[in-house]
Amino acid sequence: MSEENKREAGRQETSPAAEQQEPAAPEQREPANTQEVAGAEPAGAGAEHPNQPQPDTMPEHPDASASDKPAEPAAPSAADANADAPAAPAEAGGDASAGAGAGAGAVDPEREAKIKAAQEARAARLAAKAAAEAGGDASAGAGAGAGAVDPEREAKIKAAQEARAARLAAKAAAEGGGDAPAEPKPPSPKQPWLDEAVELLKSEVHPEAVEEAAINELSDDMPTITVKAGHWRAAAELLKSHEKLGCNYLRNVTGVDYETHMEVVYFVINLETKREYAIKIRTDRDQPSVPSAVPVWLSADWPEREIYDLLGIDFPGHPDLRRIMMPDDWVGHPLRKDYVPLDPEV
Amino acid sequence: MIRTEELLLNVGPQHPSTHGVLRIVVKLDGEVITEATPVIGYLHRGTEKLAESLNYTQIIPYTDRMDYVSAMTNNYVLVHAVEKMMGIEVPERAEFLRLIVMELQRVASHLVWWGTYLLDLGALSPFLFAFKEREMIIDLFNELCGARLTYNYMRVGGVKWDAPPGWIDKVRDFIPHMEKQLKEYERLVSGNEIFLARVRGIGKYDAETAIAYGLSGANLRCTGVKWDLRKNEPYSLYDRFEFDVPVGTNGDCYDRYMIRFEEMRQSLRILKQAVEQFPSSGETMGKVPRAIRPPAGETYVRIESPRGEIGCHIVSKGKAEPYRLKFRRPSFMNLQILPKLLVGETMTNLIAILGGVDIVLGEVDC
Repeated sequence: MSEENKREAGRQETSPAAEQQEPAAPEQREPANTQEVAGAEPAGAGAEHPNQPQPDTMPEHPDASASDKPAEPAAPSAADANADAPAAPAEAGGDASAGAGAGAGAVDPEREAKIKAAQEARAARLAAKAAAEAGGDASAGAGAGAGAVDPEREAKIKAAQEARAARLAAKAAAEGGGDAPAEPKPPSPKQPWLDEAVELLKSEVHPEAVEEAAINELSDDMPTITVKAGHWRAAAELLKSHEKLGCNYLRNVTGVDYETHMEVVYFVINLETKREYAIKIRTDRDQPSVPSAVPVWLSADWPEREIYDLLGIDFPGHPDLRRIMMPDDWVGHPLRKDYVPLDPEV
Repeated sequence: MIRTEELLLNVGPQHPSTHGVLRIVVKLDGEVITEATPVIGYLHRGTEKLAESLNYTQIIPYTDRMDYVSAMTNNYVLVHAVEKMMGIEVPERAEFLRLIVMELQRVASHLVWWGTYLLDLGALSPFLFAFKEREMIIDLFNELCGARLTYNYMRVGGVKWDAPPGWIDKVRDFIPHMEKQLKEYERLVSGNEIFLARVRGIGKYDAETAIAYGLSGANLRCTGVKWDLRKNEPYSLYDRFEFDVPVGTNGDCYDRYMIRFEEMRQSLRILKQAVEQFPSSGETMGKVPRAIRPPAGETYVRIESPRGEIGCHIVSKGKAEPYRLKFRRPSFMNLQILPKLLVGETMTNLIAILGGVDIVLGEVDC
């Protein structure tokens, strides 16, 4: 929205600037071009914020109202903008040449009003189109006209918005409907594993040791638990040693730079029962540090070194934390998202 | 007065017995190793970093270059992970082709290991034998996808090329030939006393140690742990075929040797069934959206490569490129136990133990 306002402001600044020059046609097209861009983009913006309330100030920002149009007529709206484009500058051009002597930089109220009218007309047309598409009530509003505040037009826009909201709601319901019948679907067979581990972590380690717990459906229903870094060592001991869990095999360790934070994921499994977990530990990005799991699973040794090397995460408790892939004197940690090579030649 | 001095010896990085660019810094007391530190990274190409700016199809050739002795299984782990995230169905014919090439690859990979291992131990002729048969498999791959080592054969949703006419028959003919050759290999090597003296009781560890060090593949199974992902966490079509998972009892180099040898037989057994059941027609590519964009989220997929568990952890943000792509490379994990195994051993045993782990440096370094 504010983006849109800025554009609007930019446009109004541009037009007087254009007037300063001789009324050369290409210069005069400037506002039209801006409008074209402004007209095309909001369609996407509107789709991203579908439920943005419509302000009363709508007539003052006709383009803003256009921006709240449904996403579907993106192409037509661009086309409209094109169709409008020649109209507005033509008038503006005429004005400009008339007022060329009237003083550079002066804002011509008449011209302003015309532009506004043109914009409003366009907005109205778009609204009508939206209404037609939404409610199916035909092109009655097409000629709603370039009037100022037209109650009929307002009502139509409102109707269009309501129709759109209803459609969105229906869509949401439909999507939700996909889930709703699925809701009674039996919980994942691995759900008890998850519940059991979470309960044990809470009772044996710390009531607040678990930050999040979920079944990861994308990964064969992997029970995934986010453990607080401060409780990780105790949690690891529990996961490995508790008779119910017994995850004696650490199969993989991954470090991920999420830009907001860092995360280390340990994949553990009990080779007897095949009970497995993905344990995530989040850590701060500026001073990333996760207690080492080497005292619990020896196999964490090299993977943790690799993560330290490539992502810069510290593993206090690791017996031999040093680089493993990169040379010892390497500067930086290449897998970090903000990594910039020290020597661009390398 | 007799004075002893500790000797520091660099084994590698350029030495044929290190199977690539691996360096082991060895401290010796006489001929006995007191400390061994593997130094890796000479072949680190930043595959995981590169992958973050490539789309999934573009990453497939990079997986060829990780474990370059077993490119087909590497291809599979990546495309399988993406298929899992996107819920893509792979046509049966394509899945059969994948399984056939993966098992052929397992035989080819074990042949390379068998030949080079015996070369390490001082026997030249097995190497020539092994490479002769491996060449036949490579020719089959060449005919299938036009490459001998880095195949880039699999795609998300299927395979790039259908089998040319007569190809399956060639695979069918290869199986009895290979079975016959395996018998010959066995007669040639497996009972050889010099060989047995070099591998029996060498590099021993128990199941608990193997699990603690996260070993997989033959390195884990040699201790008696029956853990083969084709059986324990079946993927592809492995649950349709009958095969055994050979395990050892002593956890020494000899058991690892025997397991890999037996695995070749089991692979041929799978191949025999797969060739019989191979669908005579059908698609080789499933329905795949034009833009391969796995939904936001993550998955960890693992399969049994000839060297153990190869895993692919994808973190997706719904884009065409992975946000983070992590490969769990079995060679990298298996190599961790080396310092422990080498202490107290002689230099000659270093070669036998290292060879017995079966590493590929392209995969260690990634």
